[in-house]
Amino acid sequence: MPTLATDFSDVTRSEASLRRFLHGLPGVDQVGAEARAAMLGTRSIKTTAKAQALDLAIRMVDLTTLEGADTHGKVRALASKAQRPDPADPTCPQVAAVCVYPDMVATAKETLGASGVHVAAVATAFPSGRAALDVKLADTRDAVEAGADEIDMVIDRGAFLSGRYLQVFEEIVAVREACAKPDGGSAHLKVIFETGELQTYDNVRRASWLAMMAGGHFIKTSTGKVQPAATLPVTMVMLEAVRDFREATGHMVGVKPAGGIRTSKDAIKYLVVVNEVAGADWLVPEWFRFGASTLLNELLMQRTKLTTGRYSGPDYFTLD
Amino acid sequence: MSVFEYAPAPESRAVVDVKPSYGLFIGGEFVDGHGTPFKTVNPATEEVLSEVAEADAADVEAAVKAARRAHDRTWSRMPGAERAKYLYRIARIIQERSRELAVLESLDNGKPIREARDVDVPIVAAHFFYYAGWADKLEWSGYGTTPIGVAGQVIPWNFPLLMLAWKVAPALACGNTVVLKPAETTPLTALLFAEICQQADLPAGVVNIVTGAGATGQALVAHPDVDKVAFTGSTEVGKAIARTVAGTSKKVTLELGGKAANIVFDDAPLDEAVEGIVDGIFFNQGHVCCAGSRLLVQESVAEEVLARLKRRMATLRVGDPLDKNTDVGAINSAEQLARIRELSAIGEQEGAGRWSAPCELPDRGFWFPPTLFTGVSQAHRIAREEIFGPVLSVLTFRTPSEAVEKANNTPYGLSAGVWTEKGSRILHVASQLKAGVVWANTFNKFDPTSPFGGYKESGQGREGGRHGLAAYLKGGDL
Repeated sequence: MPTLATDFSDVTRSEASLRRFLHGLPGVDQVGAEARAAMLGTRSIKTTAKAQALDLAIRMVDLTTLEGADTHGKVRALASKAQRPDPADPTCPQVAAVCVYPDMVATAKETLGASGVHVAAVATAFPSGRAALDVKLADTRDAVEAGADEIDMVIDRGAFLSGRYLQVFEEIVAVREACAKPDGGSAHLKVIFETGELQTYDNVRRASWLAMMAGGHFIKTSTGKVQPAATLPVTMVMLEAVRDFREATGHMVGVKPAGGIRTSKDAIKYLVVVNEVAGADWLVPEWFRFGASTLLNELLMQRTKLTTGRYSGPDYFTLD
Repeated sequence: MSVFEYAPAPESRAVVDVKPSYGLFIGGEFVDGHGTPFKTVNPATEEVLSEVAEADAADVEAAVKAARRAHDRTWSRMPGAERAKYLYRIARIIQERSRELAVLESLDNGKPIREARDVDVPIVAAHFFYYAGWADKLEWSGYGTTPIGVAGQVIPWNFPLLMLAWKVAPALACGNTVVLKPAETTPLTALLFAEICQQADLPAGVVNIVTGAGATGQALVAHPDVDKVAFTGSTEVGKAIARTVAGTSKKVTLELGGKAANIVFDDAPLDEAVEGIVDGIFFNQGHVCCAGSRLLVQESVAEEVLARLKRRMATLRVGDPLDKNTDVGAINSAEQLARIRELSAIGEQEGAGRWSAPCELPDRGFWFPPTLFTGVSQAHRIAREEIFGPVLSVLTFRTPSEAVEKANNTPYGLSAGVWTEKGSRILHVASQLKAGVVWANTFNKFDPTSPFGGYKESGQGREGGRHGLAAYLKGGDL
């Protein structure tokens, strides 16, 4: 982290220098970007490659419940599912993390124990991010204290869209500091852009660089509460950003599309884009995640179909 | 975990029935030819696909006669709305049989199935639909409603079925009949198209297909009863055809070679520009007359663009054209491969830096890796001559006016590309480029509504759009 701060200290010195930098990034041609993503979506992933992709996608899932109606019971059930997605098949891998609101972190942590499945908490007045910085930081510290391994924060889209980039930058830096744990470690920080509100690919690229320079470990498309949520071209633009950022600094940053990815076919398209745009280094749960809930069962059904040759139907998979 | 390797995903060959031999299609029937039959091979494997009849002068005579009869007695007299019905029917059958056509095109030409499936065949169908729409509206074409007569059409091997559509659809819509000669290395989809004409109950003689090599084409364009000659292919052959028809009453359109400049300014959307460069030169193995074979990149971003381009080229999947994940297929013939190799060797001798994408090429068949040359100047032969293969020459420029000068400094003028986020620069540069098509922030995009054709040695006349009707109506004289 200190290396990054020095690398970009010139850029983040003032509002003007930060704006100059972000607006100096190469533009994104919308038609071209969408055509490229669509072309990659035509890749045909079959047999052994499909089996590999399905298992990988399962291992990359952040199994999510973010409802007002969430209860401890619901979260315990989800945490059990995260460890044994397919009780009928012990070879089925577990997911990467369970993603919940901060007040559910302790419950999730308790159920998951030492399973290795992380607990991710959304924080910073998720999903709108409309609260005072102090409140956002308190929200974050709460979740970290309760044992969250990962924090999914939202950026202040209002500030971003009105051009107050430095404010957005400083907020990410502050949240990142609030991720510090008493043992000297730090919860991993995912920075959510809500790309459905940023709208343009140029904005997505600028937000990506902003979050990476501020020290975010992951950049994430959406809260899942705004449409459109994750799309293939948006995720591709973010993958280009992390690829270019590593080229420039040597640091890797992860990418998490979230919301709207429901089918195995879709998930595999995302993996193809990761593979061909950012490269195979990102094809691990450490650097790529899917924020999803219904996707998991779809992946499990396809996995069973592929191993048994039979398609069994939703009744054979647990709801949570 | 191991790298994510895509398992082979081959498209099935079983969807198409390749016959052991094919005759000529004259007067609505398949008939034997009187020349020496020749073999057509799969360039990806060198496997012989079929034996095809060669049309000699007598066969060409018979085909022109059949076309004349169909023109005079049926087709030119038929109301446009009735001709349209046949064209719509053909378009629909092409869509219905699209998989078959795509697989056959890939087998005979070597192009990736993804491209045949997603580009060639859909545009072929779109072309027939588009010109079917014109057939009963010629009054509003601006060129009158009178067809020219019998058209002799000679097409190349790079887009066999697509070039057939570009030629046949407007000719038929205007009431002409045609005798078409496909290229000798890629006759099969044209012969499948002949079956589609039968299936559509197209009146006998409206479309005739004579297969063969240069001599057959020469007999066709020189035939005294051919009123109109349409040719797509090399500039060398195009000039010979122009000489043949000089002093006759034949009308002629030529769509010839190119050495297009793809101009990347420092304010370009770089990721998409790299895609456009790749699409411009490696699409269809670079066997594209309008290929962006000269990359002109502004010096201030040259290094970055080149680094990004090489990284992208390394991800191109070269190999089995029938694999749905293949990006770059086989070179169409041994002759073409020899020419690409020869010009590439000359590029090296002249001091340009050669770099090829790291890829494993199959042992059999005709293959050339995606390649670029750096340090190329306008004086190099690889910057002047059309290579017609997956070989990109990279040149640099300093200012917009230098870019325009270099782009226009070629005997050709078929297409050009401009990459910049600045709209005013697109308009300013495009208006100065002497090229028939200028693409802005994209490349190699085709649509039946858009006219296509060249300046200078890239040819004369336009195909596509309303302008494409001029070549097939008597009122279309310049």
